[in-house]
Amino acid sequence: MIQKYLQILNKKRVEILSIFSAIIVWLHKKRVEILSIFSAIVVWQIIAAYIVQNKFFLPSFTDTVFAFIEIISRDANLAIMGLDMQVPVLFLDLLYSLMYFGIGLLSALAIGIPIGMIMGWFPTIERMLDSLVELIRPIPPLAWIPFAIIWIGLNPFAAGFLIFIGAVFPIMINTFTGFKGVSKVYVEAAKVLGCNTNMELIRYVALPSALPSIAAGIRIAMGVGWMCLVAAEMFGVGRYGLGYQMWRSSDLHRMDFVLVYMLILGFLGLLIDRLLRYYIDGKLLKWRKGVVI
Amino acid sequence: MGRLKVSNVTRRFIKDKNDFVLALDNISLDVADKEFVCFVGPSGCGKTTLLRIVAGLDKPDEGEIFLDDKKIENPGPDRGMVFQEYSLFPWKTVIDNIIFGPQMSGIKKKDALEHAEKYLELVGLQQFRDSYPYELSGGMKQRVAIARALANEPSVLLMDEPFGALDAQTRNILQQELLGIWLKKHITILFVTHSVDEAVFLADKIVLMSARPGKIKEIINIDLPRPRDRTSLEANVLRDRILKSLLEEQKK
Repeated sequence: MIQKYLQILNKKRVEILSIFSAIIVWLHKKRVEILSIFSAIVVWQIIAAYIVQNKFFLPSFTDTVFAFIEIISRDANLAIMGLDMQVPVLFLDLLYSLMYFGIGLLSALAIGIPIGMIMGWFPTIERMLDSLVELIRPIPPLAWIPFAIIWIGLNPFAAGFLIFIGAVFPIMINTFTGFKGVSKVYVEAAKVLGCNTNMELIRYVALPSALPSIAAGIRIAMGVGWMCLVAAEMFGVGRYGLGYQMWRSSDLHRMDFVLVYMLILGFLGLLIDRLLRYYIDGKLLKWRKGVVI
Repeated sequence: MGRLKVSNVTRRFIKDKNDFVLALDNISLDVADKEFVCFVGPSGCGKTTLLRIVAGLDKPDEGEIFLDDKKIENPGPDRGMVFQEYSLFPWKTVIDNIIFGPQMSGIKKKDALEHAEKYLELVGLQQFRDSYPYELSGGMKQRVAIARALANEPSVLLMDEPFGALDAQTRNILQQELLGIWLKKHITILFVTHSVDEAVFLADKIVLMSARPGKIKEIINIDLPRPRDRTSLEANVLRDRILKSLLEEQKK
């Protein structure tokens, strides 16, 4: 048995070596970044463990790691379609948070993009809607909580609504700006080529031309929406969710748990942003090489 | 056919209530089928405005323009246009830019592609078929713009200082290429330029315009044999005459 494995290892030794050397090259290239993060952790550990010496006031790095292990080892029952499953609570929390986030962001896209488009394309509609939008926009998303509860109730859609409020304006405004900024020469070139109706011009010229601006709006909107998430889960829209767990841990004075949820929220936000950026730059906006949005 | 008749076209640009600029003042002009006409004049003489009215992008205040006895009201695929600014859609590849016009008139993508390859070959950019405009040089961009305009098979090609932003060498090469295309395709070309040199090299007929109000000052037939020699004595005599006439205009 062992002999067989050794044989395989022997056969694949070139590949294995090349993987290792690739890792070493990468580590070498990123040595400054890695060192920076590593020293930050060391400083944090020293301050927490030897200066503050209070787990409630500032959990140390190791406290946080142990808290994280404790959190992922907790299970909950998940019953879907008659199936009873044991899954980590953290998994359910992630699922719920992403669900609230998805509801809010999708509705913001579905409403923000069309409104921004028609506002940017038709001057009359801009004059009709612009002042209204400018009046509602400065209201902080969290100020909508009371009405969200009264109108929608304590359910996932109320949390989605808050995220929607946070996300819809960046999307709308950026779509609008993108449409306003469509270069006249593209519109005229399209007209001369036989693309004449408003529908066609929007579909074939304005929309692709405004896409970089819309994509930038979506990125901002995702950031704002993610920030609204914790507040949206605060007022009890469900029994799961990263924000909800954070508030509950705070009530239970488990500050190490609070810190873990904070970090998870941060990393998840980063991940979502990176995925979006990868998709947008790599697929959607290949034609704008070298331009960072 | 690409017979163009401009009759009594006037275009005013309103500045404010009582003030306006007379960009075109009662212009009449006949352009025969397959003729190469260059418009030369000081800046602000309305040559671009005239071209835009022919394209259908602007409307005259008075007068009308007929293409083969059909009145021009809107932009249409029977008139192709090449702009001075780079007007390729940056989000489309070269080939997708070229098939844009045919696709708009409802031709299936497969047929449009087949058709577009020919025009790509005509401007000699086959190896840039799938490149995006940002990957092309200025001269290549204008070549693609010409191919894109031709893909609709227009009877008139309108060119608004298409080589104005290019360096002198590229400019000369593109002028040669344009003449080649013109001979192959047999279409009418209206070409706006501020370069007398370019006009003398290209045109059958040069329309010399004067500014404020924009009027036709003189129409000069260029009977030099083709292919033309840029430095021949006859060309120099013509250039000299046109430049002097232009200078008079600028002094006014």
